[in-house]
Amino acid sequence: MSESTLILNAAAIRRALIRIAHEIAERNEVSADVVLVGIQRGGVTLAQRLGALLAGIWGHPVPIGNLDVSMHRDDLDGRLTPTVHPTVIPFDVTGKTVVLLDDVLFSGRTVRAAMDALNDFGRPQRIQLAVLIDRGHRELPIKADFVGKNVPTANGENILVQFTEEGAAEDVVQLEKRA
Amino acid sequence: MSWKRKHLLDIESLTADEIHTVLDTARAFKAVSARAIKKVPALRGKTVVNLFIEPSTRTRISFELAAQRLTADIVNFTAEASSLKKGETLKDTARNLEALNADIIIIRHSATGAPHFLARFLNASVINAGDGAHEHPTQALLDTFTILEKKGRIAGLNVTILGDILYSRVARSNIWALLKLGARVTLCGPATLVPKVFEQMGCRVSYNVEEAIADADIINLLRIQHERQRQTMFPSLNEYISLFGLNRKRLALIKPDALIMHPGPINRGVEIDSEIADCHRSVILEQVTNGLAVRMAVLFLVNGGKGPQEIGAA
Repeated sequence: MSESTLILNAAAIRRALIRIAHEIAERNEVSADVVLVGIQRGGVTLAQRLGALLAGIWGHPVPIGNLDVSMHRDDLDGRLTPTVHPTVIPFDVTGKTVVLLDDVLFSGRTVRAAMDALNDFGRPQRIQLAVLIDRGHRELPIKADFVGKNVPTANGENILVQFTEEGAAEDVVQLEKRA
Repeated sequence: MSWKRKHLLDIESLTADEIHTVLDTARAFKAVSARAIKKVPALRGKTVVNLFIEPSTRTRISFELAAQRLTADIVNFTAEASSLKKGETLKDTARNLEALNADIIIIRHSATGAPHFLARFLNASVINAGDGAHEHPTQALLDTFTILEKKGRIAGLNVTILGDILYSRVARSNIWALLKLGARVTLCGPATLVPKVFEQMGCRVSYNVEEAIADADIINLLRIQHERQRQTMFPSLNEYISLFGLNRKRLALIKPDALIMHPGPINRGVEIDSEIADCHRSVILEQVTNGLAVRMAVLFLVNGGKGPQEIGAA
């Protein structure tokens, strides 16, 4: 049994992403130095969406990469082997401002793993973090630079983010309570 | 996509889904080897033992490098320089290795079922790197990975395995993997080395090499395993070369986009002419490169495999 509460509907997600895009643009004056890296899997769609919005603001395309962090996780022993998705970073991150993207920020362990994984590709000048939902319960000293919405949650609850490309259904963020 | 197994003992017991999981995971690991820093910390602090009771270069080095690229510690154990020579049993040797906190034991042994035997009493994960003439699962996985990468699919392809099938663990593992993934498999070679009984696995058996390779998308050549044959299985090597060797004349018969594969070590001038082994249709060295990615994937997956696993009574 589980019940779910609507957190963000499609329009609210769109507004949040537009705001985040402007905040990224405001924070980073030299737009040519900014690259987006989405963490598999939720962050990948986020990177595509924000990439399109930022390209509109800046008037030039923004490089986008995908990062899978399963090989860098610190909890590989505690669970079943995760599915490994491809990592594609078709540009040099050295000297760049990398904006890491994930759909939900929780313990912070994924982000730590992502920063470790990025180190294997080069040395970014700085790394910033953008998330659609910050649900709290951090276990590491990690903080997002750009947040779509802060959602206080209990540990037994789950945040479900559903991005639907090509309009098959509506984008939605829900809070699921496990009874 | 799911992987719950603690061991990789054979292909026969895997589902098509599980094979695809390994191949998908291998694709991600292949990319790691293309980076400037070719190492990830996935198996940091783990100990892997290469327990090779039968000689090997390719497979042992491939597993060794795979473990190192995952940041595991690896110990090589070879039969020649071990207490097996002093009369220690395989069981005791394996138990001793486990007492040193080995997490994964990779075993190659001349006896069929040796990995299954170890898996029954060890807490460590066991990976079969070749057991007698039975199976060589990682070879079949790297072969299917190579085919998938080159052809984009496996289902519906015609794969001809040519040579010593009877004594080949590579052939058995490949047959299982290819059939599960939907390929059509033809076996060809001297009748003594390609018994009709293989038809019961679902393969086609042919003794005419020209006919067997004509419509093949993949030609997988196997070495004659002299070391396993208890008696002479064909009149002479020269007869084998003239009847079954892949030479220039036969190369002209095959499909223009057919791939030539070989698990190595190749015997130039026997199962394959030297110039063909190096021609553009040969993917023999790519198989070696892909072997590393596949073995990284297997080490990564079995390390995460939890819970009890049914070991069939061999």
